[in-house]
Amino acid sequence: MEITGAELFVKALKEESVTTLFAYPGGQAIDLFNALYGEKEIDVILPRHEQGLVHAADGYARSTGKVGVCLVTSGPGATNLVTGIATANYDSVPLVCFTGQVPTSLIGNDAFQEVDIVGITRSISKYAVTVRKREDLAETIRKAFYIAKTGKPGVVAVDLPKDIQRAYGSDFYPKEIAIRGYKPNTSVHMGQLNKALDILRHAKKPVFLIGGGVNIAHANKEMTRLAELTGIPVITTIMGKGAIPTTHSLYVGNIGIHGSYAANRAISNCDVLFSIGTRFNDRITGKIEEFATAAKIIHIDIDAASISRNIVVDVPIVADAKKAICSLLEKAEPLSVSEWVNEINDWKKEYPIDMGRSGLTPQMVIKAVNEIFTDAVVTTDVGQNQLWTTQFLALDENRQMLPSGGLGTMGYGFPAAIGAKLGNPHKDVIVISGDGGMQMNIQEMATAVVYELPIIICILNNGYLGNVRQWQEMFYDRRYSSTCMRYRRSCEIDCNTPDHCCPEYTPDFIRLAESYGAKGIRVTKPADIKDALISAKQNTKTPTIIEFIIDREINVMPIVPPGNSLNDMILESEEHGK
Amino acid sequence: MKKRWICLFVENEIGVLARISGLFSAKSYNLDSLTVGVTEDSTISRMTISLTSDDKTFEQIKKQLSRSVEVIKLVDYTDTPIHMKEILFVRVNGCSDVDITELFRISKVFGATIIDYDGTTVLLECTQTENRNDDLIALLQRKFTNRIEIVRGGSVAVEAVSISER
Ligand SMILES: Cc1ncc(C[n+]2csc(CCOP(=O)(O)OP(=O)(O)O)c2C)c(N)n1
Ligand SMILES: [Mg+2]
Repeated sequence: MEITGAELFVKALKEESVTTLFAYPGGQAIDLFNALYGEKEIDVILPRHEQGLVHAADGYARSTGKVGVCLVTSGPGATNLVTGIATANYDSVPLVCFTGQVPTSLIGNDAFQEVDIVGITRSISKYAVTVRKREDLAETIRKAFYIAKTGKPGVVAVDLPKDIQRAYGSDFYPKEIAIRGYKPNTSVHMGQLNKALDILRHAKKPVFLIGGGVNIAHANKEMTRLAELTGIPVITTIMGKGAIPTTHSLYVGNIGIHGSYAANRAISNCDVLFSIGTRFNDRITGKIEEFATAAKIIHIDIDAASISRNIVVDVPIVADAKKAICSLLEKAEPLSVSEWVNEINDWKKEYPIDMGRSGLTPQMVIKAVNEIFTDAVVTTDVGQNQLWTTQFLALDENRQMLPSGGLGTMGYGFPAAIGAKLGNPHKDVIVISGDGGMQMNIQEMATAVVYELPIIICILNNGYLGNVRQWQEMFYDRRYSSTCMRYRRSCEIDCNTPDHCCPEYTPDFIRLAESYGAKGIRVTKPADIKDALISAKQNTKTPTIIEFIIDREINVMPIVPPGNSLNDMILESEEHGK
Repeated sequence: MKKRWICLFVENEIGVLARISGLFSAKSYNLDSLTVGVTEDSTISRMTISLTSDDKTFEQIKKQLSRSVEVIKLVDYTDTPIHMKEILFVRVNGCSDVDITELFRISKVFGATIIDYDGTTVLLECTQTENRNDDLIALLQRKFTNRIEIVRGGSVAVEAVSISER
């Protein structure tokens, strides 16, 4: 049967089991929307901005394990996706982004709303392609989904010129696809694995260092079993947190510039570093020359290009995390490393991550979240709010955290939560955001309200772009350049002394919530934290914003100053320390 | 730092050249030359890439290229026996009779040919290895300073069939 490209597009989505589509219309996508009109099997969500849209698709994908699908118009619709595409691709999130495009005959003519979105996204996507012939459409879409979700997942951008959408052609949609240049690794090299096991057998002070790869591969149960079987303590990156339950006795903490003292100490002192699914990025290694110098390093990663790039490893293993861990489970043996585990536990006790201060602290808020929301997805924005969340949020098989780790995109947390809630209607979805980042996609309040998504938005309001301010305080002589969110024209331009006389914060988040038809609660005292969270949980019809007014100059501690090795941390804030 | 050659088979599609060259610029890898042409299979193009890098960067470059969806196969030619040629045109302006005699002599030594001539301007063609072309250019630059224009095609390479040394 002959159908239009737009009709084939809808058929393809159904064949790919797409049930939720994040979409914003426009002139060059109108035929696609026309074909979607009244479609019962696909829930078409209309966010308020394409950036919010793509982050929502990202949150949906991360929290469900399915491919997130976006549809936007050409030109500005397409360019508004760029930050979200980079965010998702950097964290290996499978997305397929469809963009409308001017008709093929006009491409290159600087037509109205024409941009070369394939060219723009080339370096921030896994694959990007313009469909130039109607007969290529089905195969290209099939290929896009396959590439997005296999191997190291990522973003595929598919550009659909208007004439292709309107042209008639076959309704055939292929099930199988073979791409000669793309063969994701599906096996585990046993020789390499045996080498790794050999090294482990002689280890006295081994640790696992787990990155996001284990969460992406959904290998958390297997990882927990492997840790238990071998008795090896587990350290995670921010993206790897939750690889084993954070309450597990073998869990040490996060590594990195805001990692825990015990974790960083253990990395610096271990004799075997068994890493899985991490790219050893600069935020985790500290001064690279002094990273785990005493250790033999084993590295499993699905992406050969992530191995031996930043850190030279002794045993490289290119494999899917889950497959590799399952193979290890068959062969690994218990190690007698209890002395080492005790040593690490002593470090944990010596310097636990603990704000231990009075007043309303982020730690109290996140601990209350841990208590009240046991079956939940927690998204974070970027900044101090994210770092505190990665420090204090407890994770297990029922509580998942979604951060923008690689790109560190402010404005990610709230729209990602919209996607997460759409994908997990029966879970509580909580956002931990800063006052700055919340304003970067605040328009999505309307989306959350109209789709009746009772998301709980916790804004940790310090009235600053806190993360930058902290650096200014610690490393730039307290020169608070462009970081005060309460600044007004009438202020001293070089003010660095926040006090009770500072101008009012704008916007008033409570009234803002109300103007959207949502609920707003302001919390200023520790005693009110739980009540606020509980009443937000009881509000099942609309989102709730809870604004927590926190100390303006509270810092994220500990911290490895720039250029230092992991061993060289500042553990407590000078002026505002515990 | 070492000179390297890569032979890359890629999909013959719009944008592939941009993807490959874009990778070099995005990751700050330096690229000496890149040539591309279609193969006996019209859906596949073959690139010869020459670059200079240290071992570690080169490993990364190979991995990054290999993981591109459009790359079908990568062959490292750095240490294998290959035949390699680059086409070079040199235009020498303002030649006296003495210059022209000199150019004929040089051509003979370097295996270049004079393919065009109008009394004062000489066009020279030389199809040799990149290194040999470098030498020729250096010589001409010395002898005919500010009077030459150069067009280089970049290396193309193919595995040797019988020789075991390069
Ligand atoms: C889109 C974007 N712009 C700028 C930055 C740089 N940046 C990182 S953290 C931060 C401050 C965030 O402030 P806020 O949202 O209030 O969070 P806080 O650190 O105060 O918790 C900034 C500006 C970024 N990560 N992303
Ligand atoms: Mg802030």
